[in-house]
Amino acid sequence: MTAIDNARELMRPDRVWPFLVPPAAPVDVSKNVLLYVEGVSVSFDGFKALNDLNLYINDGELRCLIGANGAGKTTMMDVITGKTQCDEGSVYFGQTINLLEKSEPEIAQLGIGRKFQKPTVFEAHTVFDNLEMSLKTAKGIWQTLMARLSPTEIDHIDRVLEIIGLKEHRFMLAGALSHGQKQWLEIGMLLVAEPRLLLVDEPVAGMTAEETEKTAELLTSLAGDHTVVVVEHDMEFVRSIARTVTVLHQGSVLAEGTMEQVQNNRDVIEVYLGEEA
Amino acid sequence: MNWLTQLFAAGRTPGHRVLPFVTVLFLVTTLASMANLMLPESSPLHVSTYTITLLGKYLSYAMLALAVDVIWGYCGILSLGHGAFFALGGYGMGMYLMRQIGDRGVYGNPDLPDFMVFLNWDSLPWYWMGMDQFWFAMLMALAVPGLLAFVFGWLAFRSRVTGVYLSIMTQALTYALMLAFFRNEMGFGGNNGLTDFKDILGFDLQSDTTRVALFATTALMLGVVYILSHLILKSRMGKLIVAIRDGEARARFLGYRTDLYKVWLFVFSALIAAMAGALYVPQVGIINPGEFSPLNSIEVVVWVAVGGRGTLYGAVIGALLVNYAKTRFTAIMPEGWLFALGALFVLVTLYLPKGLVGLSGQLAASRERKAGKAAQQEAHS
Repeated sequence: MTAIDNARELMRPDRVWPFLVPPAAPVDVSKNVLLYVEGVSVSFDGFKALNDLNLYINDGELRCLIGANGAGKTTMMDVITGKTQCDEGSVYFGQTINLLEKSEPEIAQLGIGRKFQKPTVFEAHTVFDNLEMSLKTAKGIWQTLMARLSPTEIDHIDRVLEIIGLKEHRFMLAGALSHGQKQWLEIGMLLVAEPRLLLVDEPVAGMTAEETEKTAELLTSLAGDHTVVVVEHDMEFVRSIARTVTVLHQGSVLAEGTMEQVQNNRDVIEVYLGEEA
Repeated sequence: MNWLTQLFAAGRTPGHRVLPFVTVLFLVTTLASMANLMLPESSPLHVSTYTITLLGKYLSYAMLALAVDVIWGYCGILSLGHGAFFALGGYGMGMYLMRQIGDRGVYGNPDLPDFMVFLNWDSLPWYWMGMDQFWFAMLMALAVPGLLAFVFGWLAFRSRVTGVYLSIMTQALTYALMLAFFRNEMGFGGNNGLTDFKDILGFDLQSDTTRVALFATTALMLGVVYILSHLILKSRMGKLIVAIRDGEARARFLGYRTDLYKVWLFVFSALIAAMAGALYVPQVGIINPGEFSPLNSIEVVVWVAVGGRGTLYGAVIGALLVNYAKTRFTAIMPEGWLFALGALFVLVTLYLPKGLVGLSGQLAASRERKAGKAAQQEAHS
């Protein structure tokens, strides 16, 4: 293409230069689907972690993902949050936002929160500071330097502290919390950011039965206002919260439906129980 | 007046001990200066001009240590190249002082510094233009290291270089600059560097009053930089910087562009180092490429480690103590100093992970443990 063609392409009257396009409007869920994952494949050194994965998450639903180790659950979250580049496929947030062209911080600012498998909180900070940093505010350097907590924000943090049951520990260093409390703090950090979509990776790992029950209650209450995707191994837990379950196997979807449907699905039984079935 | 009350409130928050630090610094500076200027030399309380200059030198080292503490102690970026920013700031000041010599040099050339006459140059290189103006020279002394830090940080942090790889790159940076400044054709005086300064802003550099003024300026700037660093580190940005140190991925998933935070903190730290360098040169009277040597930058890290990182005042105390020890030690046994320094670093790393300022906390903890044990034994018996 010659320079003149380039110039013509650049000056096309029916296009708007990307930098003049106003920042994307809030996520468009007119079709009632919040997240589209279509034909996504990821391979690491020849090993296909995701293989033509298709997944649709409706707005406001609570979805559980189950699958054996290496089924691609965590890799899928990595692709959605921008940590891992995928080889092919497309990931859309609502109708208009292409997540594959965004960086991790941009995706987080769109309202996609993530809880890691291993609880990751800032151990050298207090519980309160952890939540303060997670607030849904401007995240530029200058704004952060000049930031002052408003009373509304403090109330908001207090509310979240109450929900996650760490109200008495607000000035305790996060590093001094128990494992289960750290898990809850990380969930609190998601809550305080008021995300549109929560990706929760193994929330009840290492929790006592009582804590697990409370977590189940919390996640169920979140659905509706938020959209929640939970990855979990604990079948008992999945049964207690799940409305729709998706089973992943070798990087693609094996079955989808209610817990009952999935349990009676022949493919699932075959994969999980081997040839006995 | 709101900002004023905030400033005073900042002094009282625990952690950096701003108020005690600034008070002690102010008192020592005032007393030392008065003891030098007002007391007769015969008085036992008289502070010699040599001591004043030595103190000024230590304080500029303390400022350099502060710069390293900000970036290493709080953000976990172990820079082994801060000597480069220090030296660049020093060269900026050196160029100004060189131009102030005028025709008092050996060759008596009113425009060209001696080393240029010696190299048979007939005009000033373009980058020496304007360096006879103090404000411009100071601007350059800060802007050049700042820009270097920005470009370096941008390239390194954007491509997510961390840990030991970053440290090695900073070493390479300062080493490369040292080799470059050793070259005569660079126009910075080659291995002799810049020296033989006569006066600064019209004041004679050898006079007692100028020496005291330089010392007091260094102390003042150290205080300002200390308060500024404290305000930054206490803000939400400061909390985030520590958060990046402890869990960068988490911070990224919270929506923060962590690379930008690191770049700007690195620039801030480089500016402090450059300012320290610019204050250092008129007091010691020379700047040469030796300041770029990788060893110097490593020494700064030892000061911070000895004092205790992540506390600000720890870095200052470390720099003062180690440099005092160095002055003493090199007078007794010059060859032994590097071994002593190495041993000090090993001992501190092994037994004082939080440095000297963490010692009291460590002692209290061990006393508590002992008390706990004793109480247990009593309960058993």
